[in-house]
Amino acid sequence: MQVDEATVRRIARLARIKITDEEAKGLEAELSGILDWVEQLSEVNTDGVEPMTRVVPISLKKRSDVVTDGEKADEIVANAPLSEDDYFVVPKVVE
Amino acid sequence: MSDLTKLTLAAAREGLQKKEFSAEELTKAFCEEIDAGNGAINAYVLPTPEIALEQARAADARIAKGEARTLEGLPLGIKDLFCTKGVRTTACSKILDDFKPTYESTVTQNLWDAGAVMLGKLNNDEFAMGSSNETSAFGPVVNPWRRTGSDAKLVPGGSSGGSSAAVAADLCLAATATDTGGSIRQPAALTGTVGLKPTYGRCSRWGIVAFASSLDQAGPITKSVEDAALMLQVMAGQDPKDSTSVDAPVPDYRASLRNGIKGLRVGVPKEYRVAGMSAEIDKLWEQGITWLEDAGASVHEISLPHTKYALPAYYIVAPAEASSNLARYDGVRYGMRQTGSDLIDTYEQTRAAGFGREVKRRVLIGTYVLSAGYYDAYYLKAQKVRTLIKRDFDEAWDKVDVVLTPTTPSPAFAFGEKSGDPLAMYLEDIFTVTVNMAGLPGLSVPAGLSTEGPPLGLQLIGKPFDEETLLRTGQVIEDAAGRIVVPSHWWRG
Repeated sequence: MQVDEATVRRIARLARIKITDEEAKGLEAELSGILDWVEQLSEVNTDGVEPMTRVVPISLKKRSDVVTDGEKADEIVANAPLSEDDYFVVPKVVE
Repeated sequence: MSDLTKLTLAAAREGLQKKEFSAEELTKAFCEEIDAGNGAINAYVLPTPEIALEQARAADARIAKGEARTLEGLPLGIKDLFCTKGVRTTACSKILDDFKPTYESTVTQNLWDAGAVMLGKLNNDEFAMGSSNETSAFGPVVNPWRRTGSDAKLVPGGSSGGSSAAVAADLCLAATATDTGGSIRQPAALTGTVGLKPTYGRCSRWGIVAFASSLDQAGPITKSVEDAALMLQVMAGQDPKDSTSVDAPVPDYRASLRNGIKGLRVGVPKEYRVAGMSAEIDKLWEQGITWLEDAGASVHEISLPHTKYALPAYYIVAPAEASSNLARYDGVRYGMRQTGSDLIDTYEQTRAAGFGREVKRRVLIGTYVLSAGYYDAYYLKAQKVRTLIKRDFDEAWDKVDVVLTPTTPSPAFAFGEKSGDPLAMYLEDIFTVTVNMAGLPGLSVPAGLSTEGPPLGLQLIGKPFDEETLLRTGQVIEDAAGRIVVPSHWWRG
């Protein structure tokens, strides 16, 4: 699988990571190499095989639908780079 | 230097019970070792001596009252992937900056509830992505082992390189670690320590910085097999906060440790004899087979035909899950922020500045394989291959009780030797990664020294939730090989 520079840029945009021109060039080769290598999975016949979802057959646990936690806005914003009155502050998104 | 730091966890526990020394004396001895040696080893990214001494004094008070708990007063190191309340937790990434969790991970809480003492937070590859600890934002960890006649720096393995180096260098009695593709067992093998990756679901993942949620599992790195049993005893258990943690009783792992392995059926998978495997790894494996046979086990060749597909499937599943998990680091709720021209630019600049190269590479691969039109061809395909890998083992369990393989294809390598080539680095996990893909427990036990000097490990793979058999078999290898300790404490300056 050959990944071109436009694809690298599209993926980086989707991943929300800014990349330099130099990085984009390097990533073209690196990502192509890794994707070529995983290509060997196409040799495996997986017709009728279920994808693995869990190691041992356990059913997902249920709990009562009750409030067990909360009322700690100050803890939630404690590590925010910027906050005001228990809100996270971000650059303006609506003009 | 104090001999207290050379004790195993079990021996230190006995010493405390018999009041041969106090928890405070023991803890102070470790704090002094960390002061003297951490500059050269770089195992701790944050020593916490004040917390340690406070916990130690509280432990002494309980011991005096006859109220000692399982790990009362025993000093441990904690991988910086475990959230510790009020104590900086970074996953060794710049993006988490000065993050101080307002909560404690379940596994570490279990340890504190058992009376353990926290010496500090241990170095690891950034977000646990690496096999050499070279991707840490705090710089690489140095392996206490050196090649004979050389002082070149060797890697301690990864991602739990701080944990393995700290245990090998007597900078803690035992350490917590995590394993997604081999991150407990490979560093243990490279430092002459014992590393146990429990069955997926044995330990709670709650409060551990997530890498690949269907693969991640916490476990201990220790000086002996018995110590691993002691640690797992406390770390394991069902947790309402992690729906994938399994509600199965935690057995007394030490009770059966010395019951021997008479009649045990040991499988040796032919697919693990990979091309280019060194003669000394092959010899070590043969030696392991002989030890187990001498102890009364029968050895059988088995086939795990999908072994070669485990690593490529892993490099789809793990980056895919990582790209989702790491989406949360956006510079808004915690960690660093690089303010840009608008919100999206802020995200992009924050993540560009905060993530290291290997993390970016994996997030991009993961984003690619999950992007529109590729999900079925990559992620779904890889999850189907996982079913086949697991099926290989399910069939093997009809014939054998435990599987024996080498842990790594080679001993510890030098700094920079593999960091230029991602694929060469990924091959470090070739023997360990199948275990994560199938969700099984795996144990690495030191088994001998390489001709270069540094140690080599053997890996035991067990049935789901059969850590007991792994530990019992591991004990036989440890008894035969003898405990392996670093010849010189050169790092104390």
